[in-house]
Amino acid sequence: MTSQRPIVELVGITKSFGPVDVLKGIDFTAYAGRVTALVGDNGAGKSTLIKGLAGVQEYDSGVVKFDGEEVRLSSARSAAALGIEVVYQDLALCENLDIVQNMFLGRESMTGITLNEPQMEFEASKTLTGLSVRTVKSVRQKVASLSGGQRQTVAIARSVLRNAKLVILDEPTAALGVAQTEQVLNLVRRLADSGVAVIIISHNLQDVFKVADDIAVLYLGKMVANLKSTETNHLDVVQYITGTRTMGDQA
Amino acid sequence: MSVTIGSGHEGNVREQINAYKARVKGGEMGALPSVLSLFVLTVLFSALNPYFLTEGNFANLLTQTATLMMIAMALVFVILIAEIDLSAGVTSGVAMALFIIMTNRWGIDWRLSILAGLLCGMAIGGIIGFFVAKVGVPSFVVTLGLFLGFQGLQLALLGDGGIYRIEVPEIRAIMNDNLPAWLGWTFLLVGWSLMALLGFYDRRVRSRNGLANRPISLMYSKLAIVGVVGAALVALLNTNRSTSIKEISGVPIVVPIAVTILFLGTLLLDRTRFGRHLYAVGGNPEAARRSGIKVVKIRIIAFVLCSSLAVISGIFNASRVGAVEATAGKAIVLSGVAAAVVGGVSLFGGRGRLIHAAVGALVIAIIDNGLGLIGLPAGINFLVTGGVLILAATVDAVSRKRSAAAR
Ligand SMILES: Nc1ncnc2c1ncn2[C@@H]1O[C@H](COP(=O)(O)OP(=O)(O)OP(=O)(O)O)[C@@H](O)[C@H]1O
Ligand SMILES: [Mg+2]
Repeated sequence: MTSQRPIVELVGITKSFGPVDVLKGIDFTAYAGRVTALVGDNGAGKSTLIKGLAGVQEYDSGVVKFDGEEVRLSSARSAAALGIEVVYQDLALCENLDIVQNMFLGRESMTGITLNEPQMEFEASKTLTGLSVRTVKSVRQKVASLSGGQRQTVAIARSVLRNAKLVILDEPTAALGVAQTEQVLNLVRRLADSGVAVIIISHNLQDVFKVADDIAVLYLGKMVANLKSTETNHLDVVQYITGTRTMGDQA
Repeated sequence: MSVTIGSGHEGNVREQINAYKARVKGGEMGALPSVLSLFVLTVLFSALNPYFLTEGNFANLLTQTATLMMIAMALVFVILIAEIDLSAGVTSGVAMALFIIMTNRWGIDWRLSILAGLLCGMAIGGIIGFFVAKVGVPSFVVTLGLFLGFQGLQLALLGDGGIYRIEVPEIRAIMNDNLPAWLGWTFLLVGWSLMALLGFYDRRVRSRNGLANRPISLMYSKLAIVGVVGAALVALLNTNRSTSIKEISGVPIVVPIAVTILFLGTLLLDRTRFGRHLYAVGGNPEAARRSGIKVVKIRIIAFVLCSSLAVISGIFNASRVGAVEATAGKAIVLSGVAAAVVGGVSLFGGRGRLIHAAVGALVIAIIDNGLGLIGLPAGINFLVTGGVLILAATVDAVSRKRSAAAR
């Protein structure tokens, strides 16, 4: 499922902290139905780029187009209103609440002034089932009792529940073992296949090649490469990341 | 689309019991330890002293506990967000000082004066909340400051060693008068019916949404237990417990008041958006913020609720003592924290219910009452209560570790 028009398009994005230019004129696109991996060494500016999209930290200059329209992402709320959801590295789940409560946190269904628990429970189960999640036994389990992979699953399912058009994942497999990484990557794939645009930050190129359609490489605040994962290889990407190769070399 | 993931409501009675055991093993113990210790203490003390299980001592125990129970329930709201309010006791003292000045000195209607006391509590809670949530001063420091400051304010309002008799019969009645027998039964019946109705309503809404329900026998058992225990209590309290000629019987008026507050507070915590957000802020404030919850607002409301309920505990105390003193509320707040923790409310935030605080208060009151009856030297009860508190906090810490390790 590939659409030609990008769901999000960044043009000439810059961001500095005092004298430090962290993003130096970034162009970036992500498409519905595709997984775009954002890679780059520590400090390259990946998280800074993502924070702008999430609305938690505005860019200094540049154009942000969402679904073809120019938009201003001035707050997390305005980003969420457009359908941009971020699954943070540290997950942002409440361990003392159960899966349903976490998935609906901040957007609870109500009957009058009371919570409509059955409806939320039903919707949560439906969403998890729709994503073919099989590792979760009960949607009323407390998140404290879940494994890292299951938590990642809950966080991703929450963005689906919120009808996200663009889901951004910051190192979703960083803390996971082999089997759980596999599960989460499969989930990311299904998410994109359902028509959502996915941006995934990862330091693990094996994961990147397993799940991504496109690979964008940041190097010291510059976008040095935009590659299709089928048309490149591990070594090339490493060279872009470490700055020993630039897009010009490709010819 | 058929839903295949469970919700914990599936399975027969045996499977439900096994699932419960697994949750307890996983560290979700709730009120279990305190209910067990309540049971053990009751058996122990009634074996050691025959007076312990009499109607007279029982009614006595309830009124002794009411003040502590109320302040412990008040504190739950701030402990749930991993904060503390050391000034809850003296806040109630200041509010009652205002009350007594209005009624006794200025001759203002007692209802208005109570309202003023409650508003005073709310305002104090708002101020604490502002400094904690908005300015970012640790609640321990803010409320310790108020704990000291308000003792001075109480002295200034009522004078050194000032004691004012409560002249309002309605306030005195709370702790000293009892419901007529029929009203006690009515109250039990209404409460029990509400519980049953709520249970059936929840089940109906669940099945309407195509969700599984727990075996109905579990609900019948719960209703039966509450019914039998409630009936036994009311019957016990309705018998004459007087040692003189004048008959004393009936459920103390404070009981329905406290139970109603417990019920409403539990509804607020379990079934409203505010309650959900309060738990979320207690569990992970950053996650709550990112989910769009107004964390500052939730925190301030928690402190307002705490201070307001503390004022009600102040009313109970004044009613029991029959007077308002300049030192009121100073001693009780730490016992209130202890009661909440002993009952299973986690000082780490995010875990605990009002009923836990109520049970914890009963445990502490029973230790006090029971040890007093066996005539151990004064001071022993402090040692025992302190030990129980540390034990409870340890259980909390260990179960937290265990649920973290259970992954
Ligand atoms: N709030 C800030 N103030 C000052 N400097 C900042 C701030 N946020 C980020 N930086 C700097 O911007 C640069 C890029 O940081 P960023 O977090 O975007 O990198 P990253 O690509 O996400 O790295 P990593 O892979 O380690 O997560 C770093 O040099 C960092 O020190
Ligand atoms: Mg980063």
